[in-house]
Amino acid sequence: MTIRMTAAAAATALLFAAHGALAADKPTDPQIAHIAYTAGLLDIEAAKQAIATSKNKAVVEFAEGMVRDHEAVNKQALDLAKKLNVTPEDNDTSKALSQAAEEKRQELAKLSGAAFDKAYVENEVAYHRQVNGALETLLIPSAQNGELKSLLETGLKLFRGHQQHAEHVATELK
Amino acid sequence: MSTPVYQAALATLLLGAAAAAPAEAKTIRVTVDRLVYTPADIEAKVGDVIEWVNKDPLVHTATIKGGADVELPAEQSGRLLLQEAGSFDYICRYHPNMKGHINVRP
Repeated sequence: MTIRMTAAAAATALLFAAHGALAADKPTDPQIAHIAYTAGLLDIEAAKQAIATSKNKAVVEFAEGMVRDHEAVNKQALDLAKKLNVTPEDNDTSKALSQAAEEKRQELAKLSGAAFDKAYVENEVAYHRQVNGALETLLIPSAQNGELKSLLETGLKLFRGHQQHAEHVATELK
Repeated sequence: MSTPVYQAALATLLLGAAAAAPAEAKTIRVTVDRLVYTPADIEAKVGDVIEWVNKDPLVHTATIKGGADVELPAEQSGRLLLQEAGSFDYICRYHPNMKGHINVRP
């Protein structure tokens, strides 16, 4: 648990690290694109694990929604990157997010039934809260390209809805 | 039976039927863009058709609680013929923060 928390904390710290005084710390557009795409991809992978594992209708429907929406947004992100001739650039934040997600995936793989459902949905609440916070305070303000900024803003609106949905399902599971 | 007289009678019947139909029945367009229905409030009459034009890359719906459920595939449209009068709130089933309202007069 300590290791998992550390990785999650590190991911959060990295997401917010660039929010310091130094403008040079701000992520570049290619890095922002990579972080946003990675965050979406990790949520799709988590959702696929939930669809394969959960027998709870509300949980499976939520997970299907995550796959549907995040795949659509990531396709938009790739199309935009291509159009702008931007190559998404791997970075420490993306790496930390991936590491934290992998640890969570392994943790969830040991669970089943109601315990899995609860852990998955609670992590979805926390994950969306974390990513939405990063979008709002760091990624959107840092984005230079108008179209990228606009895509991130629409994403934030969508993902806030996901967070509410996850919170709602979490309440139902209690 | 294809005498000129019969044809004339048939033409009259058809024209008569067309004239009796609500002449002002129309198609009302609602744009769905960035998770917003625009306009969000619609005034319509029975017989009108609502067409939702989904510009988002996301799948949406226009769903009236306990009533019609129109699927709006990504970047496609969906239509609904208004068959009864009333005041209807609708949402997107997938993104329930999206809200719209249709007032249908008789």
